[in-house]
Amino acid sequence: MSAAVPSGSLSNVECARLTAKDLDEESSAWLRRLGDGERQAAERELHARLVRIALAEVRRRSARTPVTGPELDDVAHQAADDAMLAILAKLSDFRGESRFITWAYRFVILEVSAKLGRHYWRNTPVALDTGQWERLPDRLGIDPQQHAELAGILAEVRRVVDEELTAHQRRVFTAIVVDEVPLDALAARLGLRRNAVYKVIFDARRKIRRALVANGYLEELGGEQR
Amino acid sequence: MSELERLERFLRTDPRDVGCDEVMAILHLYVDLVAAGEDAAGRYPGVAAHLAACGPCGEDFNGLLLAVSNG
Repeated sequence: MSAAVPSGSLSNVECARLTAKDLDEESSAWLRRLGDGERQAAERELHARLVRIALAEVRRRSARTPVTGPELDDVAHQAADDAMLAILAKLSDFRGESRFITWAYRFVILEVSAKLGRHYWRNTPVALDTGQWERLPDRLGIDPQQHAELAGILAEVRRVVDEELTAHQRRVFTAIVVDEVPLDALAARLGLRRNAVYKVIFDARRKIRRALVANGYLEELGGEQR
Repeated sequence: MSELERLERFLRTDPRDVGCDEVMAILHLYVDLVAAGEDAAGRYPGVAAHLAACGPCGEDFNGLLLAVSNG
């Protein structure tokens, strides 16, 4: 286990124990072990599991990130260490809504996501604000050469992006959709939460769709717009 | 699926979509329901709508489900 992992701030572990009677046997055992004399052994076992999960997760995602080799393993180990710190710091927040191990593994999965987003820019295949619009049909899986109608729709998409989106929406939409910058990487670069970037894309998609419907390219869907 | 349908699907937004923050807050709970064979999407339709639309949250869901399934 990393030396950075604290011995545990379990002053509120009683709060977690209050729910322990309702927990499954394995979750109860984790809480008991992390809160008493077995704590060091339990922390070592949990950390080893987090490292194993993190390594499997970065390998599962390896085809979709420019991060490779030893740097990918480093990301996994850093994610496991930071997840361990977060788990111990938030142990008293565990309310038994799920199995303990699922709650704990969530921390390491989210750490892997965040770290791969930040590491993306060390290995970036594309600069921010490149705007490779000629590749948009490929991104969307369509071939405008085969269908003149689709070429018109794509031109309308480009017009809406240029003329109707805000500068911020345009920058985010272009990076995510046109240049295929991973959403977590863009969030890290812009200092935004994932949810903030997703909301921008959500609103941009809705705005583009409304324009396509208004101009007769697409049909309205009942109850779709909000 | 036709190319037009693909484009239309990309632009379609689901009003039930609850966004990343709410999904992340209960991801562990949702994954346990799925792993147990429960109707997680029926119980949390806004979460299911989001996971279908948000690539990063979908990746986290798949990763966590795989992690708990493989122990």
